[in-house]
Amino acid sequence: MSKAQSAWNGVSFDGYCRVEEQSLVGMITVRGDLASKKLAKAVKDATGAKMPGQGEILSSDKGRAAWMSPDELLLIVDHAEAPGIIDAMAAALADEHALVVNVSDARAVFHVKGKAAREVVAKLSPADVSVMAPGMLRRTRIAQVPAAFHMVDEETAELVCFRSVGQYAYDLLKDAALPGGEVWV
Amino acid sequence: MLVLECPYCGVMADESDLHGGGEAHLKRFGPGSSDDDFETYLFMRKNPKGVHFERWRHVSGCGKWFHAARNTMTLEVYGTYSAQTYEPPQDIIDAVKAKHPEWEGYK
Repeated sequence: MSKAQSAWNGVSFDGYCRVEEQSLVGMITVRGDLASKKLAKAVKDATGAKMPGQGEILSSDKGRAAWMSPDELLLIVDHAEAPGIIDAMAAALADEHALVVNVSDARAVFHVKGKAAREVVAKLSPADVSVMAPGMLRRTRIAQVPAAFHMVDEETAELVCFRSVGQYAYDLLKDAALPGGEVWV
Repeated sequence: MLVLECPYCGVMADESDLHGGGEAHLKRFGPGSSDDDFETYLFMRKNPKGVHFERWRHVSGCGKWFHAARNTMTLEVYGTYSAQTYEPPQDIIDAVKAKHPEWEGYK
């Protein structure tokens, strides 16, 4: 099997905020009935996190579970462990109307770090970034492409977008974080 | 800028996060219907100056379709509601009637 490569292999850029591509991140899309106890248990076993409510992202030491839509979750786990987790979840949900798919290599993940991390995201997205507290996830767009983001902490924003637009997203974030572009809102 | 609350995500989504789907609450006339009904279903759309019911899709968010009641003249939004309905819910109708007592209904 060929060696797994992320969209940008962990490249980074230092502007007035630091932009980092996160290299290999395990990501699993789950669709199904989010009210199902079986699904909640499978999510707990996979990530250690509880079933997230509307617009939430919940973390544990093992991974994170994010609410993407009324019937969709994104689980963020270790890249190498993702296939095993998917097998276990698919087995646990065999008699449910549910879908578990590995999207690790179909996505790109970026961190924006620095005091003005919110500002860099706000330049690119129509979302109200100022109300985003850690633990909230927002699916929106950055410039022309869809992206989801959440605040890992007050000074770190994590963005997830499709890998096919990974270059565009990285170029956008670099441009928004360019020294001299400070707004300091 | 038009801002609608997605009834599924609960977020205030900007117009550019959304995709418009045209008039809401259409009755479909498919195979077996009369030519007149089919033509009306396919092509004839309301274009009111005032209260209008529309379909919108939260395209860069959850991807779900929902309904919105808004005013095409003032851009006032009376409310948004789930797509799983054949007609506007009572609270939306009440909100419109509170502003426009003379309003004749969505049909």
